[in-house]
Amino acid sequence: MAHTVALHTAKAGGRLQLAPAGSWTAEYAHLVEPLVDAAARHAGADEVVFDLRGLERLDTFGAWLIERMERAFGTAGARTSFVGMTDDYQALIDELRPVETKAARPPARPSGPARALALIGAAMVEMASSVVMLVNMLGNVVVVAGTLLTRPQTFRLTSTIHHLERVGWRAVPIVLLITFLIGAIIAQQGIFHFSRFGAGVFVVDMVGVLVLREIGVLIVCIMVAGRSGSAYTAELGTMKMREEIDALRTMGLDPVEVLILPRMVALLIAVPVLTFLGSMSALYGGGLVAWLYGGIAPEVFLSRLKEAISIDHFLVGLTKAPFMALVIGIVACNEGMRVQGSAQSLGSQTTASVVKAIFLVIVMDGVFAIVFATLGI
Amino acid sequence: MTDAPQDIVIRARNIVVGFGDTVILNDIDLDVYRGEVLGFVGGSGAGKSVLLRTIIGLVPRRRGRIEVLDVDMGAVSVAERREVERRWGVLFQQGALFSSLTVRENVQFPMREYLDISERLMDEIAVAKLAMVGLPPDVCEKSPSQLSGGMVKRVALARALALDPQIVFLDEPTAGLDPISAGDFDQLIRTLQQTLGLTVFMVTHDLDTLNTVCDRIAVLADRKIIAAGPMSAMLASEHPWMRSYFHGERAHSLGKRPAAGDARK
Repeated sequence: MAHTVALHTAKAGGRLQLAPAGSWTAEYAHLVEPLVDAAARHAGADEVVFDLRGLERLDTFGAWLIERMERAFGTAGARTSFVGMTDDYQALIDELRPVETKAARPPARPSGPARALALIGAAMVEMASSVVMLVNMLGNVVVVAGTLLTRPQTFRLTSTIHHLERVGWRAVPIVLLITFLIGAIIAQQGIFHFSRFGAGVFVVDMVGVLVLREIGVLIVCIMVAGRSGSAYTAELGTMKMREEIDALRTMGLDPVEVLILPRMVALLIAVPVLTFLGSMSALYGGGLVAWLYGGIAPEVFLSRLKEAISIDHFLVGLTKAPFMALVIGIVACNEGMRVQGSAQSLGSQTTASVVKAIFLVIVMDGVFAIVFATLGI
Repeated sequence: MTDAPQDIVIRARNIVVGFGDTVILNDIDLDVYRGEVLGFVGGSGAGKSVLLRTIIGLVPRRRGRIEVLDVDMGAVSVAERREVERRWGVLFQQGALFSSLTVRENVQFPMREYLDISERLMDEIAVAKLAMVGLPPDVCEKSPSQLSGGMVKRVALARALALDPQIVFLDEPTAGLDPISAGDFDQLIRTLQQTLGLTVFMVTHDLDTLNTVCDRIAVLADRKIIAAGPMSAMLASEHPWMRSYFHGERAHSLGKRPAAGDARK
């Protein structure tokens, strides 16, 4: 660049003359600052004169650096004066005079072990409060659902149908595709390993039991948590951010009744239906692979399936579905209502919604496995 | 204002902007002179913000030519465009502060991106800019969601001014502020404009702002700019929309106030 910046320094006895030159602007601030710091080291001057005649341009950055020098010399006990001050420069420097730099540094954060402990503590408190909030939300939804039983005509059917379409109907293709693939993969792996000791046909048992009891409902719930749970959180969170939820409250409407209950009901209907469809699709995928890859004819597959599974297996899977739906819905709505003002909070709450929902779904699945095993089903 | 030939910092020619079948702006010509405050008025939905966004390049235009600081914005490289962009600051209607950053980080954001200066200087300049817009240093560590509407506008203005731009675009700076805050804000814009030598392009509805701050006013109606000139010319106009705007129920105080030129000694 053709522009050069300089700070000419001349010292005579106790008199220090500082002459800034060139463009003291934002663009060149990185060059000017070291000059200013160097000049500040001239200690012991009684009088400091700033000669501004060499300045070509000055903006807030340059003016601040001049002001910084003036303050440094001022606190060191020197008299300061200006030569060649124009109205423009004066106005700029005047604007900066009252600036208080004491608060300019951000407050120090705790570091090292103290910080680690603080983070752990905060995480524990957060976890406890989120459990309380989840239970609170569940209670809220149950109470609202209970009161609705006494006046069913106020139930928001249109809204429920709308959500049912989004979380149920529109999820069908992707759920069918994914469960089909999972069923096919399980069958392929089963055939590959079982046929080594001549038990290839038992793959039908494995596919049937696994899909109907566990995989069907789990895959569907994980997909619903990622697909619909995140959407619920983001929607409610945005509404919270834009004060739409407060608006509802002030109109005497309960956000749980208007926004959350229809979403919950939609999930409670959609997840069992999707689980059924997903299980069928996985069985179909498994059967197809068994036929094409394992040479098990469809008739054999079907008759084997009939022997291997009972209606219990099917019911076990389907019984779990509404509970999983409840967990996903409660977590998603709760996280949505916890969103604060910032975009970052919306993002982290949505992440938390999906992660917590999937975690809880898997934990619930484990609990169900224990319960059913104890019952001998 | 002087009658000497003035430096044009924004030159818009034959601007046509539309969305789908609707034409919002039809064949607009507009000049903004160096060092002036241009107030841009028009009915709600007339396309004032659209023109502002077209000039700063957020809305594509169908036809026309825009020159900012003598750079043709239709035929620039990315690097040249950035060079121009760092010489303007924009205050959006809602402030558009980055909600995940603190006030300090918001104001420092452009400096961090464009300048290679020390943390210390950045901190000091951030506090200085906040002081310039009338905010105490203790707002530095707050997040935007903790601020009131007026403070958000001020912080957004401080961010717009972070790099000492030559042009500032203000989209309804006083909308949503109480009359006292709005008055303060007008005064602030005036002071900053004078000390920093800014050119201000301001979309506004506020008649008081137009009267006290703006050197020139441009009026947008029927997809065209129907007039541009000082307040006295606006008041003298016979155009029906302008008559109802400048002589309407809410404009009763206009004649009684000193005009913008007088207010600035």
